[in-house]
Parts: sequence; structure tokens; C-alpha cells
Amino acid sequence: MAKYPTEPLKLWNKAKEIRETFYRNYAEAHDKGGIRWAGGAWTFDAVPAGLGEDVYSLTSEPYGASLAFNRKLSLECLEATENAGWSRDLCSYMRNYWGSIIINKYAFGGPFPKPDFIWQDHICCSHAKWYQVVSELEGGIPMWCVDVAAGGCEPFMGLSPARIDYVAGQLLDGIDWLEKTTSRRFNDELYIEACWNDFRSTHKWAEICLLNQAVPAPLDEKSMYSLYVLATLQKSWKVIADFYEELYKEVEDRVKRGIAAVGNEKYRVISDTQPPWGFLKVFRYLEKFGCVSIGSLYTFGLEGMWNYTEEGQMIPRAMPDHKPKDREEATRMLVDWHLHKPEYQHFYSPKFKSDFMTAIANDWKLDGIMLHYNRGCEGLSLGIAENRLALQKAGYPVMTFEGNMGDEREFDEARTMQRIDAFMETLGAEQLEE
Amino acid sequence: MLTAGIDIGAKTIEIVILDDGKIAFQNLTVAGYDVRESLKKAWEDIEAQSGIKLDGIKKIVATGAGRKDTIYASDTITEVSAAAKGALALNRDIRTVVDVGAEEGRAIKVDSAGKVMDFAINEKCAAGAGAFTEAMARALEVPLEELGPLSLQSTQAVPMNAQCAVFAESELVTLVHNKTPKPDMARAIHDAIADRIVSMVRRVGLEEKVMLIGGVARNIGFVTSLKRDLETEVIVPEDCEYVGAYGAALAAAGK
Repeated sequence: MAKYPTEPLKLWNKAKEIRETFYRNYAEAHDKGGIRWAGGAWTFDAVPAGLGEDVYSLTSEPYGASLAFNRKLSLECLEATENAGWSRDLCSYMRNYWGSIIINKYAFGGPFPKPDFIWQDHICCSHAKWYQVVSELEGGIPMWCVDVAAGGCEPFMGLSPARIDYVAGQLLDGIDWLEKTTSRRFNDELYIEACWNDFRSTHKWAEICLLNQAVPAPLDEKSMYSLYVLATLQKSWKVIADFYEELYKEVEDRVKRGIAAVGNEKYRVISDTQPPWGFLKVFRYLEKFGCVSIGSLYTFGLEGMWNYTEEGQMIPRAMPDHKPKDREEATRMLVDWHLHKPEYQHFYSPKFKSDFMTAIANDWKLDGIMLHYNRGCEGLSLGIAENRLALQKAGYPVMTFEGNMGDEREFDEARTMQRIDAFMETLGAEQLEE
Repeated sequence: MLTAGIDIGAKTIEIVILDDGKIAFQNLTVAGYDVRESLKKAWEDIEAQSGIKLDGIKKIVATGAGRKDTIYASDTITEVSAAAKGALALNRDIRTVVDVGAEEGRAIKVDSAGKVMDFAINEKCAAGAGAFTEAMARALEVPLEELGPLSLQSTQAVPMNAQCAVFAESELVTLVHNKTPKPDMARAIHDAIADRIVSMVRRVGLEEKVMLIGGVARNIGFVTSLKRDLETEVIVPEDCEYVGAYGAALAAAGK
């Protein structure tokens, strides 16, 4: 008999519908007289929202993950990219995405919809080249790319006004470029509203993740993937900001009533980096041991906005105390907000990420950590071996497993399960009766 | 009370039977293609040689790559736990266990209570397991059991640069054409495996004393290279390939 009561999330289907709507909107944008753009999930989507209410996007990483989840289609895409001459050791999201264009198949049905413009930011070397290639594959698409290497945030480094100006200046120039490229007048009111929704979405997601400090955890990481992803699609969309507020209430209620994501929760772990999307069953396998992955820095901090305190705690970043009054203020607030993203910090030093992860281990009451040595993403894997050492030094058992978020050929399911078996034994966990 | 441990590896199956916690009998069989048939035959051999009947054994625990695929065991433990248990039962001072089999190499760190603190597994690269020595012995046209002693006759270290077992074979051909003496090539082969294993040991943190187990521990050439690379003494138990099965048998006995 389960130790804790469980029940499905009431908002589960709504989350799925929002995601489906997002992808359908992008494909059907022109049919509705609208325009569509493509770019990375970190790419300040609030800005193009200022071009109108009929502007739809396709963000690269969640699209790559959607492809990777469909292993058969993913393999077609990956092989098409390799046959075209690109190396297999490149970012696997990017290879899936390019392949989708090359074979002209949209993951959600029909041919691949060509964007009208590209709005991108240079968060890593792959992202810098990603859309240059997309533009070439599609016969030339106007592209704007923002360099965001402005340094880490407090308390690790300092975001001076000059650093914020560096990124904000590019966005403001980008707005002029958007007007010229789309022949649309930029609407500051829509932009300010989009920024505010961005703050709402990412603040609220962090608050939802904070609720997972409860024992039993109301959410498990595999389910959280279907929820955090909405912010990666379009965090500036009011629909998503509203959804997270609704979700917060439901999860808060689950905590009050002691509803568990995993009824036999006995051991709590976190993972790290993107999971192997084609093998999410790994998380269900943990449940056989009464073990639940309650999240990760990736799940919490890819979209959630957090502060790291000098006391070594991770807390949701407070909403700005006022709405921006004009375009310039909105842009500076947007940049300041986003450069505080936890997943930016390790690009400057692995110690910053180790600090975040140790804070999670302490406050979310973990028994161990499972690190995905993700060959598909050099960016988020940067420094992961250092993180392992730091977490072990902090006294936490750590296991590693090799894989690839978007290339199923680089994930050995049987061997990974064996490693998990060994790790569970070191935690003292036994397989529970079916 | 009789308990038993079965270690179903890639190449061999080891069975250790304990009588009130003491080793009563050991058996090693080639795993072959049909592991079930091999196990059935192993039990028949055990009964013929020792008189111990399968239904007289109170509990059987399986370990190894094929542990979930046996009808004989009522429980399983991983190779990591089995190796740690077996090694510590043989010598309570062991803190680092190195287990090198046909297809996997493992480095395991244990504390004084026998708890596994950390482990590293080489599972994707044949160059860190017994399969590498088999392939290289074939390439050198030397019987596998002679490769180790041959390497001890080496008079100089020859680096093997290839990171991959397949490319190492090509590199060996180059060394042959360069008229490199066979003992030196044999030593290079063992140094290459030792390098990979030592990297894993240092990853979990080397702490004395160190025990080497698994089938490859019978290879004196590898043992010599490992000691040289670790710069410390390495204990190799007499029945090194049975330690995993012994650990599983101890688990069956509740130890």
C-alpha cells in the first residue's frame, strides 16, 4: 500500500493543450494573416511580441526536444543532418532541428513552416551558428542575434549598468531592425505587457518549484518537464503566465493535503542537464525503489528566476515592484531579469552552479544526485564534473550516467538502469514489490 | 544452512556456495550463448562433484550482467555491491576495489563498514576490459594465457596512443612493422588497459588498501602495469574471479 495519497494533476490536460496550441499557431500563422519567427528559448521573446498580437514563434530547444522524444522521427532528422555533412558531435537539438528542415517534416504534422525572421541570442557556440545555418537552409531569412555574454549576477559577479546597457542596447537596436524587417510599427504597450508576463511566468514557476521542498513532493521531475516547457515556448504569453498562477494554486493545495507525486516516496534525488528525452522511463524506473526526482537546477532554473543568497539559499526572485513605464525601462528590466537566470551562471564558473545545486540538495532534502553527462549539450554540461566533486564534498552521494538529450544512439538504456540499480543500493534502497 | 551466489558475466558464470557463511564449493562455467542451459549444466556439475543439491540451498542471490535473467535466484544485487561485499569479507582493510572482467571495468570505493561510497564503471570502451587483451592476443598471435608472462620480459615502455580498442589493433600492426619486440608490445597492451582503469580509480579516489578482482586479475602483465600506474601495492585474492559470486552468496546469507 502506498505511503502517501496520490492523484493526477487537474491542470495536466490544459498544459498539453497550451503546448499544442503554441505549435499549431506557429504553423498556421500565415493562414491567420499573422507572422512567425524562430529563435532560441532564451531569446527575449517579449520583444517580438511588441509587433502585434498575431506574432507566433517556434523556439529551438523545446522543438528539438519534441523531435528527440519521437525517436523514429529524430533518427530520420539526425541522419539527414549527418548525410548533409554535419558532424555527429554537434548539439543534438540543433541536429534534430536542421534535420527537420532538410527532410521538410514538422514534428506536429505537415511540412516545416519557414519563419519570416529569426530573433536569436548567442547563449553558446551552437546557438550562434544554429540559425545562420537555418537561414541558409531556408534560402535566406533575416536574422538578428544578441550577444548576452555580459557576466554573471550577484552574489557571484556583478551586473553593472554598463553590462545591462550592453545587452539592452542590442535589443533596442533589434526593435528598430524588427520594424524595418516586418514593416510593422512596434507597439510599446504590447511590449511592456509581454515583459510583465515574462516576469510573472518565470517568477511563478520558481514559486511552484519551491513547493517541492515539501515531503512528500507534490510534483516529480518527469511531470515537471511537461509544465516548465511552457515557459520555454513563450514565457511572455499571457496564457502561460496565467496558467502558472493557476498551477501554483493547485500545487499549493496538493502540499496542504499531503498529495504526493510518487506515493511510495522514500528517497529524493535531483538530476542535472536536459534528460535523455527518448528515455524518460528512467524516472519511472526510480519509482520502483521509492525514489523520486524532485527536479533539478535545469528544471527549476532554466526558466524559473531565482536569487542565490549569501546564506546559501535559493529563493524565487521577487517580482519587480512596478511595471515598466516605457520601452527603455522595459528593456533594461527585461535584461536585468534574464541575466539573473541560474542557468547562465555556470558559463562563468562551475562553482556558481555547484553553489546552486548544493542549496537545492540542502533545502529540498535530497538523498542523492544523478548527473546526466549529456553529450548533446556542451553548454549545460560545462563544468559538470566539477559539480560532481563539489556535491560529493558537501556530503551527497552522486551518480553519473552518460547519454545524449537528443540522440538516442548515445544512450545505453540497459547499462544506465544497471548503474541506477547500483546507486540505489548505495542509498540503501531496495526494489519495492510491484 | 546453505546459501549461494551466482555471478552471470559476459563470458563466464561463477557460483559460490556457502555453508553457514563459509565457502563450501565453487564452480566456474563458460556462459555461452544459452545462459540458462549453461546454468543448468553448472548445477548438475556441482551436484556431481560435491553432492550439494540445488533444492538444498536456502537462498540464492544473483549478480552480474545477466542477474535478472536467471530462474534460480530469489534476489539480485549489482556487481558493485557484490564486489564490495566479497572484497571486504576477504580483507577488512580494503578501501578500493578494482573489478575487471571481460566487458566491464569497475572502481569501487568502500568505507570501513563496507558501504559503497562511490563507483565508476567503464562500460562503453573495450579498451578498459578483458575483451581488449583477447583482441590484442589474437593480433599478436600469442595465446591469451601467455600474454601476461610475455609482457614481463619487456625491456622498454612503448606508448600505445590509440584511445580505442579497434584502433589499437591497427597501431599494433604498425608496431609489428617497426619490428618492436613482442614483449614490449605485450607490455604496451597492459599499460593501456591499466591507464584506463587507473583513471577510474583516481576518479573515485584511491585509498589503500586496494584489491583487484575479476578474471583479468589472473593476468600477471595487467597486475604489474596496474601496480606501476597506481604506485601502490595491489592485493589479488587467490580466487579472484569468484569474489563477485562470493559477495552475492554473503548477501544471500544475510551478511
